[in-house]
Amino acid sequence: MGDRIFGGLGLALAAFFIWQATQIQLSFISDPVGPRTFPIIIGVLLGLSSLAMILRPDAKPQWPPLGRLAEIGMAVAVLLIYAYALPQVGFVIATALTAAFLSWRLGTHPLQAILAGIATSLGIYVVFHLILGLSLAEGPLGF
Amino acid sequence: MDALSSLVDGFSVALSFQNLALAFVGCFLGTIIGALPGLGPSNGVAILIPLAFSLGLDPTAALILLTSVYYGAMYGGRISSILLNIPGDEPALMTTLDGYPMARQGRAGEALSLSGVASFVGAFFATWGLVFLAPQLVKVALLFGPAEYFALFALAFATLGGISSTNQAKAAFAAALGLGIAMIGVDGQTGVPRFSFGEVHLYDGIDFLVAIVGLFALSEGFIFLEHRGDRSGEGKHATVTMGRITPSWKMLRFTTPAMARSTVLGFIAGVLPGAGASLGSFLAYTAEKQISDKDGTFGKGDPRGVAAPEAGNNAAAGGALVPMLALGVPGSGTTAVLLAVLLALNITPGPLLFTQNPDVVWGLIAALFIGNIMLLAMNIPMVGMFARVLMIPPKFLMPIVAMISFVGIYGISGSTFDLVVMVIFGVLGWVLRKLDVPLVPVILGTLLGNLMEANLRRAMTISDGDWGVLFGSPLAIGLWTVAFVGFVLPIIVGKRLKKRIHMAKEEASSITD
Repeated sequence: MGDRIFGGLGLALAAFFIWQATQIQLSFISDPVGPRTFPIIIGVLLGLSSLAMILRPDAKPQWPPLGRLAEIGMAVAVLLIYAYALPQVGFVIATALTAAFLSWRLGTHPLQAILAGIATSLGIYVVFHLILGLSLAEGPLGF
Repeated sequence: MDALSSLVDGFSVALSFQNLALAFVGCFLGTIIGALPGLGPSNGVAILIPLAFSLGLDPTAALILLTSVYYGAMYGGRISSILLNIPGDEPALMTTLDGYPMARQGRAGEALSLSGVASFVGAFFATWGLVFLAPQLVKVALLFGPAEYFALFALAFATLGGISSTNQAKAAFAAALGLGIAMIGVDGQTGVPRFSFGEVHLYDGIDFLVAIVGLFALSEGFIFLEHRGDRSGEGKHATVTMGRITPSWKMLRFTTPAMARSTVLGFIAGVLPGAGASLGSFLAYTAEKQISDKDGTFGKGDPRGVAAPEAGNNAAAGGALVPMLALGVPGSGTTAVLLAVLLALNITPGPLLFTQNPDVVWGLIAALFIGNIMLLAMNIPMVGMFARVLMIPPKFLMPIVAMISFVGIYGISGSTFDLVVMVIFGVLGWVLRKLDVPLVPVILGTLLGNLMEANLRRAMTISDGDWGVLFGSPLAIGLWTVAFVGFVLPIIVGKRLKKRIHMAKEEASSITD
């Protein structure tokens, strides 16, 4: 994906944004400008800058090979699962697993990664929860 | 002197035990964050904001902690520049030019301590500049009405890409994207929901802290993952010999003129909109090279080449606080993040801050002085310890950073929805970085969008719908002119300037390699 495609996406986003802005309900009390105008100005700016990117694109960025891209996709999926699992499983277990996964994918030996995950999780738990008193997600086990 | 007596009051705030302890912790963490390649002042402060927030610190204390991190990170950036030839953050780039050659000559300790002193000089005098300049700027800012504020915000966006920006279309795109994100949620003036698609979670808008942590901290993690940590110092351990770890008086005397000149240049670069610390250190280094490089020693380990950029970038860091505190309009990425701190604490920055919350402002400024002295005291004897932090490989570090980001955001709201939004912003940040779209305007747009719109609508209500009011005063016209010039100038000179920064870097690496 180079600047041209990105600009195209930006243009589509701008059009959608402006269309949505015209759909904003008006309330019976209003100031001279109203809630629609400023978003429309922003949408126009978004569109113009996208157009400029299409017309004068920079050199293509270096995208990672497919394997790496899948790697990032996996990490995103794991982080999303982590977000949903936190309140269900509890902070310590969820964090240990997630940190271990990330560390493993960054090239740590699996066994070492598990240890790193547990250490990260417990470390954060001790510092932020026990010492600083921050509330972390509590699972059914209470931690 | 008005400013001086306020400063004395500030010291009485900052000298409490809690605030001193926070300044110490902030300086310590900041130096580590700055030293780690890939983690700079903006991500460092970004990760810590939600934490400071959920710890329930009062505004002054939170600001003291976070600005100490900011100053600390500016100090820390030089450590990996000198030891590994990898800048710990962007402003420290120029320090690699002479710092790394010095380290290879076995004078790493000297280079580190000298740059520590230079950082101190730059930051210390810049803080004095802040004390005297900010109240003057406040006097001007008190003349601003809503129309002038609207123009000022436009100026901030127009110049944020910076003079060295090569693609203004991308900077504008980023600003529009940020402003668009700010529009999500219930309209403050009429109470109608906008861009919420019936999703109740979106009625409050997107929390800018979530956006900041996602864009800065998480996207950094994805970059690590993409390169599997190969771009940082792994396998290239700091094996250089330290040598003596205090600079000799002779060397300090030798480099004093360089530090003095660079401090002035850096401070000016920091105050000006859109310049920031990177340009400060670049200007300081090139100016010093022009003035002092008579025997061609620059780039080969000249101590003045270490002192100049370090004094320059730390002075710029202090200078950048002037517009942020006095006008509420930040001049650089990290100050944009600090602005987020103020907004999160329900403090509206700008001229009224000085009259309504003098304890916050002057306590903060006093804390900067204290932090500076702490940093100097910490950095010279403990530099070996900080250098050891560089040995932590990213494969352990990155997961920790990611997990702490989650902890901070979860601590604020306890909502899974916010965590998901943060991950989305992380991916967005990664894509934008790959495409060379600057992230700071996105953040600034998200932060200032609602304020900017409110000022526009207030101006229009006063003028009863006449758009001419936006250009209705000489002050407003002046601001619009600066905004226009600031946006167009980089299109003309940006490519050349960037090339020169690049050339300076390449020239140096061809010498060291």
